[in-house]
Amino acid sequence: MSPRLLTPISPHRHGEASVRRVMLDVLYALVPGLAAYVWFFGWGIVVNIAIAVAVALGAEAFMLAARGRPVRPFLTDGSATVTAVLLAIAVPPLAPWWVAAVGAAFAIVVAKHLYGGLGYNPFNPAMVGYVLLLISFPRVMTVWPAAAGGQPLGILDSLHIIFAGAPPGLPMDAVSGATPLDFMKVRLGANLTVDEIRASPLFGALSGRGWEWVSGGFLLGGLWLLYRQVITWHIPAAMLGTLFVLSLAFTAIDPGRYPPPLFHLFAGGVMLGAFFVATDPVSAATTPRGRLLYAAGIGTILYVIRTWGGYPDGVAFAVLLMNIAAPTIDHYTQPRVYGHGEA
Amino acid sequence: MALPQTRRGGGVTPGVHRLPGGVHPPGFKELSNREPIARATLPELLVLPLQQHIGQPAEPIVKVGDRVLKGQVLGKAGGYVSVPVHASTSGRVVAVEDRAVPHPSGLSAPCVVIEPDGDDAWTELTPTPDYASVDPSHLRNLIREAGVVGMGGAGFPTFIKLNPGPKRKVSTVILNGVECEPYITCDDRLMRERPQEVIAGACIVRHAVGAEQCVIAVEDNKPEAARALRQAATDGVEVLVVPTVYPSGGEKQIIQVVIGLEVPSGRLPVEVGVVVQNVATAVALHRAVAQGEPLVSRIVTVTGEGVAHPRNLEVPLGTPVAHLLSQCEPRPVQARALIMGGPMMGFSLHDEQAPVVKTSNCVLVDLPGAVADPPLPCIRCGACARACPMHLLPQQLYWYARSRDFDQAQDYSLFDCIECGCCAYVCPSHIPLVHYYRFAKTEVWAQEGDRQRADLARRRHTSRLQRLDLERREREERQHKKKASPAGTAVGGDEATKATVQAAIDRARARRSVHEEAGPGAREGV
Repeated sequence: MSPRLLTPISPHRHGEASVRRVMLDVLYALVPGLAAYVWFFGWGIVVNIAIAVAVALGAEAFMLAARGRPVRPFLTDGSATVTAVLLAIAVPPLAPWWVAAVGAAFAIVVAKHLYGGLGYNPFNPAMVGYVLLLISFPRVMTVWPAAAGGQPLGILDSLHIIFAGAPPGLPMDAVSGATPLDFMKVRLGANLTVDEIRASPLFGALSGRGWEWVSGGFLLGGLWLLYRQVITWHIPAAMLGTLFVLSLAFTAIDPGRYPPPLFHLFAGGVMLGAFFVATDPVSAATTPRGRLLYAAGIGTILYVIRTWGGYPDGVAFAVLLMNIAAPTIDHYTQPRVYGHGEA
Repeated sequence: MALPQTRRGGGVTPGVHRLPGGVHPPGFKELSNREPIARATLPELLVLPLQQHIGQPAEPIVKVGDRVLKGQVLGKAGGYVSVPVHASTSGRVVAVEDRAVPHPSGLSAPCVVIEPDGDDAWTELTPTPDYASVDPSHLRNLIREAGVVGMGGAGFPTFIKLNPGPKRKVSTVILNGVECEPYITCDDRLMRERPQEVIAGACIVRHAVGAEQCVIAVEDNKPEAARALRQAATDGVEVLVVPTVYPSGGEKQIIQVVIGLEVPSGRLPVEVGVVVQNVATAVALHRAVAQGEPLVSRIVTVTGEGVAHPRNLEVPLGTPVAHLLSQCEPRPVQARALIMGGPMMGFSLHDEQAPVVKTSNCVLVDLPGAVADPPLPCIRCGACARACPMHLLPQQLYWYARSRDFDQAQDYSLFDCIECGCCAYVCPSHIPLVHYYRFAKTEVWAQEGDRQRADLARRRHTSRLQRLDLERREREERQHKKKASPAGTAVGGDEATKATVQAAIDRARARRSVHEEAGPGAREGV
């Protein structure tokens, strides 16, 4: 009796890549930036991440069940976790607990599943969740911890502030302040020069004190993602390059009114955006030339918002605006196929 | 990069050019490449399909009960794109009927079944020792009559590829010893053990197509083969070691790697002045010419986790795969897959009794692995586009195939896909991408067939309407006449009869002319 004959289809071998592996790599790559964040700004962000991940996984499971999809393979693919962590990083670390919760739920339920779930969402879910929070709750979303003075908050104080508000004897004013970008924007509006503003203890060598290290951490993680071939160089290079060139050009015109390139690159959400958000494959352009265009667009919109817009930072808006252009960009940037003449 | 017109067909310098995309799957070559090629034993029955090549099947010229000798013709070429099929040993024809053949569909096809007599006696052979004194057209004929086809997988009749036509100039012959699919080592062992025959074959190909240079391309994971070939090489035959990357052994890819040119879409390699032949094909055509031996055996790699003794066997064509397995110590298992070809492009056999044919380079005996995760949705990561050696956008092709938008799929160059499987290999969502492209291609072909049938039906319908209309008018006319001369018909006599006959003749003529107008090839302008 000969064995039963199976008839699989080719190819009969598969590489080691899997969605879960990709998502895990992204999470590992966030570690250096997060470590710097905790070092300078305390444990609040870790609490926020825990809240966001728990809510996101719950929302994911609920939506999968409601849509009649298999829960296990999708829940364990890691995509909801990545969305939640990116959202939590964008939320002020000492914001009340419901902020991260609302953002994560909205990101998963609306921005991800109501648009079709994994692979189908046209917008980056984490950025949709962040923008919802920024527009709906501007007050809590602009209270950031100050890195300039005192020790960073421990885990117990952080928990107390997030779940029960500031404890007596520790007024929020003492632990919070403006972000360097906000500080810069407001004072530039008051006709101070860039150099005068950067003399404040809020600033470090490159951008904000502490923030520059966080950005450096995300840059490091991003380079590791490049090395692991989880992302390609196109998006980070084009986004950072565009921002660099634009800020260099305007600094050259008037260094008193326009901060220099390195300040822009290492302030706010640029490094996180360039390596972790704009590179979200689902919502980005997919052709090599398309990715360059898409990311150059993000860099440009980002600079415009920061310099002349109403918000101190603009990574989320820039990414969302270019997300919707991605299909069109892809259509016009198809590579030349082997054996076809010059396109 | 545009295709350089000036260099087309002219002199090109071979070198190693970069292959875009591609993947590096683990090779597993060492499983089967350590032992020399062994001769397979004769099975109880040999099953020789009349179609072992691309083109029209051969037509059987033997009947049940005939005694045949090894190398005797069993079926003659059934058209231009066809070659004969020969007996692979001496014996008796016991059946000419449909049997299981190695084909992805699992369907049966006409075969000649031989019961070997054990003598393995050759028919009379006519060698042509000095190929250089023979006209290329005569060489092509010898190679055709020997039933030689491409042995790397496609099975295209070799004599056609050796005929560039009067207008085209071939500058370079590339012998393909790349063998980029994992597991397969039959060409590796052939090049190591019979390098002189490979070189001799290369010289014949070069003479047949009138080329100046010949390059034998070998991947750098086969240093022994490259060394053996270099030692045996004669003037004008260069051994080029190329980097190991799948699928650099594809015809379009090896041309790109060796001379840096792309074959224009939908055209043949000869457009860029190149003819590519597999090394095993070169040996087969060398034997066909120098010894007059038809193609009756080939080297097959039997390998994979499912056999305890993987190795290369020289196998008489028509040997059932089950018999081949029995010589490689198959592991006792509940279930296994028999894959003909390599793990990237090979297809599953539906029947262990399917025979080895001219294109069977490998039998991969696979055991069911860990249960694979079900495919997840595409996350648009673009890994497939990076891996695609044709610079396609596999992901877009997938979306269009999935949504049955075949026009868009064709706009994204669906038919340039070589189905190498690199995209599916790297896909993190484990989507069987190549399967979608095969589906889309089949649907496009089916739609084209439907369209042609619909055109024919429309022509038929129009011509029927015209015929009915004509008949109705004739009827009316007749009735009109009857009314006009009611007495005439009753007592008409000769004149009336003549008029009736004439009218019938006219009617028939009119009908005929309508039919001719609406016949095949007539344009109805609809």
